[in-house]
Amino acid sequence: MVDAIKRPGWWRALLGTIAFGAFGFGLVIALRAIADLPLYQTEQTGYPHIIVPAVLAPLGFLAGFGCFDYWLRWAIGAPTIPEDHSQHGAKTWKDYFRFNTDHKVIGVQYVVTTFIFFFLGGLMAMLIRAELAQPGTQILEASTYNSLFSTHAVLMIFVFVIPVFAGLANYVLPLMIGAPDMAFPRLNALSFWMLPLAGILFLASFLAPGGAFDAGWTGYAPLSTGAPLGQSFFNLGVQFAGASSIATALNFLVTIITMRAPGMTFWRMPLLVWANLSTSLLVVAATPFIAGVQFMVLFDRALHTNFFDFAAGGDVISYQHIFWFYSHPAVYIMMLPGFGIVSEVISTHARKPIFGYRLMALALIGIVVLSYSVWAHHMFVAGMFSWLRVPMMITTLLIAVPTGIKIFSWLGTLYFGKIHTYSTAMLFALAFIVTFTIGGISGVMLGMVPIDIHVSDTYFIVAHIHFVLFGGSVFTIFAGVYHWFPKMTGRMYDEKLGRVHFWGTLVGTWGTFVPMHWVGMDGMPRRVADYAEQFGEWNLLISVFAFILGAAQLVFLYNMIISWRYGPKADANPWRANSIEWQVSSPPPIYNFDEIPRVVGGPYEFGIPGAKHAIMAGEKGAEVPAESEKNVVGSTS
Amino acid sequence: MYGRLPIVKMLLVTLALTAVISVVMVPINWNGQGASTAAPKIDHLLNVMIVLSAFVFSLVMVMLFYALWKFKAKPGDESDGEPIHGNTRLEIAWTLIPTIIVLFAGGYSWKVLDDIEDPAPRNERLTVSVFSQQFAWSFAYPGKDYAWTEEALHVPVDRQIHFKMHALDVIHSFWVPEWRIKKDNVPGITTTAIVTPDKVGTYQLVCTELCGFGHATMRAKVVVEPWPKFKKWVEGLEQKAPKELMESVELDSVTNPPDLGAGGA
Repeated sequence: MVDAIKRPGWWRALLGTIAFGAFGFGLVIALRAIADLPLYQTEQTGYPHIIVPAVLAPLGFLAGFGCFDYWLRWAIGAPTIPEDHSQHGAKTWKDYFRFNTDHKVIGVQYVVTTFIFFFLGGLMAMLIRAELAQPGTQILEASTYNSLFSTHAVLMIFVFVIPVFAGLANYVLPLMIGAPDMAFPRLNALSFWMLPLAGILFLASFLAPGGAFDAGWTGYAPLSTGAPLGQSFFNLGVQFAGASSIATALNFLVTIITMRAPGMTFWRMPLLVWANLSTSLLVVAATPFIAGVQFMVLFDRALHTNFFDFAAGGDVISYQHIFWFYSHPAVYIMMLPGFGIVSEVISTHARKPIFGYRLMALALIGIVVLSYSVWAHHMFVAGMFSWLRVPMMITTLLIAVPTGIKIFSWLGTLYFGKIHTYSTAMLFALAFIVTFTIGGISGVMLGMVPIDIHVSDTYFIVAHIHFVLFGGSVFTIFAGVYHWFPKMTGRMYDEKLGRVHFWGTLVGTWGTFVPMHWVGMDGMPRRVADYAEQFGEWNLLISVFAFILGAAQLVFLYNMIISWRYGPKADANPWRANSIEWQVSSPPPIYNFDEIPRVVGGPYEFGIPGAKHAIMAGEKGAEVPAESEKNVVGSTS
Repeated sequence: MYGRLPIVKMLLVTLALTAVISVVMVPINWNGQGASTAAPKIDHLLNVMIVLSAFVFSLVMVMLFYALWKFKAKPGDESDGEPIHGNTRLEIAWTLIPTIIVLFAGGYSWKVLDDIEDPAPRNERLTVSVFSQQFAWSFAYPGKDYAWTEEALHVPVDRQIHFKMHALDVIHSFWVPEWRIKKDNVPGITTTAIVTPDKVGTYQLVCTELCGFGHATMRAKVVVEPWPKFKKWVEGLEQKAPKELMESVELDSVTNPPDLGAGGA
């Protein structure tokens, strides 16, 4: 027992959680006693004796779990072993439940954890649609309803879509660039473990007096600054999710820039790598803004600052400017990795190079740059300075251009190819093209101020966001999971079940979210537990399709679990793809490569007999590289 | 490459599909009944966008389904497609043409926006104060001591109304769907919305910014009526705007003129 506590692991993590939490609690009580204040401040927004432990306890968990061990030993001058790989690799299921520095293990940890939150958030969506199936109040009172749509969105955004892409890339990207791991494996593991803590903080808000946070995922002040304790759990959860995201992005940037295999110039990187490079640029620059603004809300709540307290001279609308300055790039953080996945899937299953590869890469960079200039299109009716609306409209409309370039290029990739549609991954990638085009079209309309004035904060917005986030991001997530399932698990999934999942999802998505455009334009606002009688029939139809959509996801869950356990063993390269991850076994060896491969061509050299992207160890042409090329990470040219 | 694809036929199918979609979608009153001078302008803008969007959507569908039909791999065919890496002229075209389309949409929208927000001369407009709080609306009218009501929002038809709006606790938003205008009410500042209702009738004012558990129920009746009827209604209001309310939002004679004015025709 004492041994278990000395070693990093769950027991020591439990001890750390309790110790740090108790310390925080004690600190608050002691300081309040010294300052002659009432010990337990349970005013609506305060609760410092809960907030401080809520910050320290997760840190205690991470410390006890072993996330900081190596660094602390180095920092205090204790002996460390530079090549200590004891935390690396997985031989049994237990290896997935400890601090593990192997990017392949971390990738799986991310995907499984985020999908748990996907199903929780999806359950909330089912409850929401059950309530909205008919006008009037059926199963949820209004404040519970408000909490449900708030936590639904927060779970989906912060602990599903954003990190699941990080997880897929975590697994695939180092292999794809011929690297033995990410640049900072220990930081990588820390990034992962912050994620379930963020999710737990969000879910813990349901236990707070006053209920879960209910000011929407956007948490506008002053509704959020005056809300009960649950809102503070949102403020804190975002910090952990944000820190996780930023650390991962830094890791990807350094890995991509410095650890590409010899011969992999920037223009020989697969588009998935370009996509994650672009996303990481967005994450590192934008995420601090949401962290900052949620701290400002927390300080207004707990420390009585007046950032957004209008009576004390604060500026209410400034919350929205700071919030959206992150949250608009956030939607591209939630889409760009998906664009990378679609490029890999389509080129592989159409057996053709990506059409217009260089412009595709430049379009990603263009989206990154432009995405910082459009945030106020979320604020056209917010009462901000009216002159800002037209410039923001122009930039918003322009960002449709690089996005359109990508749609046309994927279509162009299909031409004169040999298109195979047996893979569920390809089905999702193709359906994404159509569905995301609709979402993009409604987005262009929303960028036009007179139209937006009418439909802002209505179900038209709900329709748009779900077309681009479900029909866009989630479709690409499914495409990625199916595409790399054999690589990650060493087994093939069941294509028949995949097809059922695909069609159920496609029909469910369109049936649920298309009518939402109409009810929104016709007068139904969003974030309402109840609505006018006239919208009853459409809402019933929407709910029925939503239940179909939900049911289809259960087929996916079943397929993944059964195939992972009992599926037929998969070859190294069942899709006959060109990128490096497919040139090693499924699953890959523990350190990825016996020898770092050498890249000799572009990533999409289909159709040219004998063309190769990379030469692996032991292959013809893999002569010992010249001294000057050995140990060169990244490449010139 | 062009010679190998039936470009003209694909274009014709695209245009036909565009026409079909447009003919079905344009006549439908998506935004509901219009009851202000802004409504037809916004609805027309929307219809233009529906036609343009139908074209883009049809183009994507035709390109996709033609490719899926023509280039599907025959069963057992394991060979690769052709090593085509791109086509510079095509890529320039699909960069420039969408740019032109979106800038056109932007320019047209700018014009509509300026149009619908064009303020009438001071003596031709009516200023009404709106107060929003969790979870009710109230309204004050110029005249002796700001006649005030929580019952319903009455406005005269065919007159430009300037709403000066104040939120007393959290952000709310003022939306009358038939008028096509919306503006948030933000605590600490006064926001303005301009509309000229042009159809007599009864409508609903809907709160469109999440404001708490009562958000879904925060509505008010809106009555648009001829000027004489409206003037009689305002003069019949007995309640005056509560003093603390007026002080808290710094109501003054500049933003709220002291009398109703000459009225409409």
